[in-house]
Amino acid sequence: MTERFVLAIDQGTTSTRCIVFDHRARLVSVAQREHQQHYPSPGWVEHDAVEIWRNVQRLAPQALAQAGASVSQVAAIGIANQRETTVIWDRTTGVPVGRAVVWQDTRTDALVEELAGDAGRDRFHDLCGLPLTTYFAGPRIRWLLDATPGLRERAERGEVLFGTMETWLVWNLTGGPDGGAHITDVTNASRTMLMDIQTLEWSDELLGGIGVPRAMLPEIRSSAEVYGKATVVLPGVSIGAALGDQQAALFGQTCFSPGEAKCTYGTGSFLLLNTGAEIVRSSHGLLTTVGYKIGDDDAVYALEGAIAITGSLVQWFRDNLGLINSAAEIETLALTVEDNGGCFIVPAFSGLFAPHWRSEARGVIVGLTSYITKGHLARAVLEATGWQTREVVDAMNADSGLALTTLRVDGGMTADNLLMQFVADVLDVPVVRPMALETVSLGAAYAAGLAVGFWPDLEGLRRNWHRAGQWLPNMDAAHRAAEYDSWQRAVERTFGWKKIPGKEPQ
Amino acid sequence: MAKPIQSIERAAAVLRLLAGGQGRLGVVEVAGSLGLAKGTVHGILRTLHHVGFVEQDGGTGKYQLGGALLHLGTSYLDVNELRSRAINWADALASRSGEAVRIGSLLGGRVLVVHHVFRPDDSLQTGEIGLLLPPHACAIGKVLLAYDTGAAAAAKETAEAYTRRTLVAPADLTRALTEIRERGWASEAEEMSIGVAGIAAPIRDHGGLVVGSIGITGSMDRLCDRGRVPKPVLVSQVQDAARAVSRELGAQR
Repeated sequence: MTERFVLAIDQGTTSTRCIVFDHRARLVSVAQREHQQHYPSPGWVEHDAVEIWRNVQRLAPQALAQAGASVSQVAAIGIANQRETTVIWDRTTGVPVGRAVVWQDTRTDALVEELAGDAGRDRFHDLCGLPLTTYFAGPRIRWLLDATPGLRERAERGEVLFGTMETWLVWNLTGGPDGGAHITDVTNASRTMLMDIQTLEWSDELLGGIGVPRAMLPEIRSSAEVYGKATVVLPGVSIGAALGDQQAALFGQTCFSPGEAKCTYGTGSFLLLNTGAEIVRSSHGLLTTVGYKIGDDDAVYALEGAIAITGSLVQWFRDNLGLINSAAEIETLALTVEDNGGCFIVPAFSGLFAPHWRSEARGVIVGLTSYITKGHLARAVLEATGWQTREVVDAMNADSGLALTTLRVDGGMTADNLLMQFVADVLDVPVVRPMALETVSLGAAYAAGLAVGFWPDLEGLRRNWHRAGQWLPNMDAAHRAAEYDSWQRAVERTFGWKKIPGKEPQ
Repeated sequence: MAKPIQSIERAAAVLRLLAGGQGRLGVVEVAGSLGLAKGTVHGILRTLHHVGFVEQDGGTGKYQLGGALLHLGTSYLDVNELRSRAINWADALASRSGEAVRIGSLLGGRVLVVHHVFRPDDSLQTGEIGLLLPPHACAIGKVLLAYDTGAAAAAKETAEAYTRRTLVAPADLTRALTEIRERGWASEAEEMSIGVAGIAAPIRDHGGLVVGSIGITGSMDRLCDRGRVPKPVLVSQVQDAARAVSRELGAQR
């Protein structure tokens, strides 16, 4: 029997990757390509959706060639994607009406204030599980419809389509203007603010409240089911899964039971806690989101703590300050000193996400003295990721009533040994890294493999999970408390910096 | 003397020109100064850029001497960079072989454990990143000694015995290191601890320089056959992983 594989497409914020997995869930080959980040004005971040689609067309055959596999050996395609990034395109030509507006983009800050009005930013919280912030896709659609003459009318007539990245890719893979499937999955739909979190359908109240016409929206489907067959790139192969990247990582970490949590350390970092069939409403700034939905099974929900800037703070340190040549060198630089020297960096570059949700906050470096060297700054950069994780874990413990006992980690920053030890130290729980670091793409592969019967069930997937590394807490409790207090005081200093027109800073 | 290699002479001229203290230079300026074709100079500058000997200004596109030139002679590949580039392949090796994986790099006459992946059986294990090991007594260390004559000479003078099988006699070490170079991999069999074996292979950079080693370590009975010889299937898995990491670093082989 010829060997069969699953191809995962991980469409991320900075790059797109195609990864081939074998039946034992082992990584066989990887093809990767970065795409350009466009910053047309402060706070704006855009991607060219056409460039991303071109990258997928190039990378998928490349990954297969590296694996020595033919198209007929691919059992299914699974997609994991950067979430909330919004693209609108012409249904008949397939050409986007503009660049995709990326999840980090804060151009909707005035709009979300306006939408919140007197009801406040939790106006839609009961329906969709999310607060009104610049983070989610729905207000972004509204902004684009308002800003582009004639676009709203075209949207109402169904001439232009909306999608997040998985929708865009599935539509193109299945033929584009020539009968492409216009679908999204529940996890991605749960990030639009347009879906009722209970019924898992587009909500008229939300559509009306935010101002998005239904005609432009994709059909909401499960995270794992066959949406159709690819007609291009890998012709004839079933597309079996789509999940937002963080939900894919939760799935790839096999956090299938309520109480299991993972944190993915990438550009931003995302801590998700499986809450099972229960929809937990947060009173501490966490998001209620769909974790995954397998075929006709009930949806599994999750609580999410999103941290906007973690790895991207290291990139900023590398690219904008030029103090290191590669991201990994931050650890080397940080190890030239014993501690942070009293210096803290709060990277509120585009406001603060969980648990604060302050879009007017901007970053600060505090505790500067003539003693501080670039080594201390490197420490402060890494520690910012640790403390932000701590804030989210505190919020999660309070909302769920459970105390986190172990944190499963993945993502590029887990290669940073100093950082992982620091996370264990400030959380005071063991931090565990699984054997397969590519949990985002693995999760997409798992879901697609389940959809086509390549893997039989969740238990089988769970047996593939192995511990590759572990960091145990080793920090004096009093020292931890004092440092956390300093961090929290540093965070307060970021609040109210950016003045939003017509609104006094708090 | 063999005929000088023209492209190396030209590269040296480019470096001398850039070192001449005139600040950053563009391709056209370098070509003009040296009387070479623009395309030739561009090729030389791109290659020097690739090895880190020159740097290019993002805004103007002009070139200057690179940081790597200042660190010639010291270990230029950051160990944390090595870990981050190798981590996926180390995981894959652990998963294929079923054994713990370590990546090593020489540091002051010892082997620094740059990365450690647990044996994938979910048993209780302790992280070893940051440990310093005696290079002559472990496979990841012997590989590094085999390709570093200075470190090998130092090790021969200071080698201590950990078990009765540890190689301490200079002649024994010399013979072992020659064999490692010939076959391209190293092994250890109860040379540091009783009952423990290891297999390792070199990690090379784009120029072929050995910058680290990757290997598995585990119990004698799993890693070796009855004749105390490492199992061929494990040896080839280790070599595959070493080649994959080397490719990741830009090596040709």
